Amino acid sequence: MLTIATGNRAVADAVKAAKPGVIAAYPITPQTEIVEQIAEYVTGGNLESRYIPVESEHSAMAACIGASVGGVRTFTATSSHGLLYMHEMVHWAAGARLPIVMANVNRALGPGWNTWAEHTDAFSQRDTGWLQVFVGTVQEAYDATLMAFKIAEDERVLLPVMVNLDGFTLSHITQSLDTMEIGDFLPPFHLPHAIDTENPLGYGPMTGPADYFRFRWDIERSMRDSRGVITEVEREFAERFGRSYGPTEDYRCEDADVVVVAMGTLGKEAEVAIDRLRDEGIRAGSMRLRWFRPFPDLDLAGREVVVIDRDYSFGFGGVVAHSIKSKTGVEPYSVIAGLGGQEVTYNDIADFVRNRHPGEEMWFGVSDHV
Amino acid sequence: MYEIRIHSRGGQGGVTAAKLLALAAFRDGKHATACPFYGAERRGAPVVSFVRIDDEPIKVYSQIHEPDLVIVLDTSIMDVVNVLDGLKADGTVLLNSAHPVAGCNGTCRHVDLTGIALAQNLVVAGSPILNTPVLGALAKMGIVTLPSVEQAIREMFSDERNVKVARAAYEELKI
Repeated sequence: MLTIATGNRAVADAVKAAKPGVIAAYPITPQTEIVEQIAEYVTGGNLESRYIPVESEHSAMAACIGASVGGVRTFTATSSHGLLYMHEMVHWAAGARLPIVMANVNRALGPGWNTWAEHTDAFSQRDTGWLQVFVGTVQEAYDATLMAFKIAEDERVLLPVMVNLDGFTLSHITQSLDTMEIGDFLPPFHLPHAIDTENPLGYGPMTGPADYFRFRWDIERSMRDSRGVITEVEREFAERFGRSYGPTEDYRCEDADVVVVAMGTLGKEAEVAIDRLRDEGIRAGSMRLRWFRPFPDLDLAGREVVVIDRDYSFGFGGVVAHSIKSKTGVEPYSVIAGLGGQEVTYNDIADFVRNRHPGEEMWFGVSDHV
Repeated sequence: MYEIRIHSRGGQGGVTAAKLLALAAFRDGKHATACPFYGAERRGAPVVSFVRIDDEPIKVYSQIHEPDLVIVLDTSIMDVVNVLDGLKADGTVLLNSAHPVAGCNGTCRHVDLTGIALAQNLVVAGSPILNTPVLGALAKMGIVTLPSVEQAIREMFSDERNVKVARAAYEELKI
């Protein structure tokens, strides 16, 4: 059905279509609308699911872990400080190989107290073993959430997936949304190592130095295999529903001399900047990085690259810029912009390209930096 | 692309007006986005929301700095906020007011949305509903069509008085 909706509503509607058996969540701005809408679907009889309103995000993820290990599809949503509060359990979900899906509405971290968009919250969970995808439109929030369940639950993956959408800039914007009957796109949930309450068993979770590393390698092996699964699922989604996605969304990149790499809504805004630059005769293109884990192979050889990081790793640099540098060998012009919802327009992005200095770092709006 | 900035106070329905307008434009077959700008909002504080309407998909997420149309749901805001900031040279202003307002250059129009809502006793939590009548005024201005306005209102509200006030504003606004 074609309508208009916010990014948050799109996530809630995708969850309704995916029919998880258990949803456990704690509200936090700007994510609250997701769990409010899901709670309404459950209480209104439009979604048959057990909704557990827990007392904290740590408990939300713990409840999802318990339900998932019992063989039930599970979902939660959070943001910023909520995500950080559940950090211990975020590691646990991946280590226990539980295909939980979580929406994270990207928001800055305090202090200063700030509820606006930034990606540092998600990147702080970078090494937990979760797959991470970043979306750029309301429709993509819906589509990516649906696909997240299928990717996570694939037996070649069995790792949790985090769907990231920019706080307010996408969570609260209203755009067109096509919701559909998903048919058998999502097969029934099957967890090979689910506990069976009919046949109780005792597990000894202690894993000594002789074995622990094998489990870690197994996570990495699945993470590597997930690339192929993601491609398969995105291809099937395109065949069934007509919308195509990939590890990046490339815009006018074929003959580009300079490529802007950005994530989330800034990646879409960059496309407008590219059109302006092309009108001026600058052969520019943009690459919106969708998957952050697993990190995709990027074809950037022989081009100048401008990376916009809506995040920062203090004492090191922009997380995306440095990931691209280490993966591709290119020396990008690293722009730190949009922190805490800082306004960044397509004119600003066009300026980043016009005034680029490959190998240097620039903090947008800060005049006294080196 | 047609860009609209809506000024209101928290609780007056500016955010919902933006959503309704986007939905009406969408029902007209256009692409539309509505984005509220959230600050540390509370009831009564000046707030802005943005609507973009275009024939092509809209990729812009930043705020609207040079609007084609400025809508002011509460003219007392004009004492504290420069609502004309960045308005295009050929831009338009729509004011919720029974009378012309001094200091408003550009093509300035006014319609008494508050009076229209009160005439139908369309009041929630002590505040007259402005977000549905303003849609009728926008239909009169040709931003969206009246049938799409009525459809959008019915999709979001069950109280038929919301359609009545939109029609009343459509009739009352002088073009």
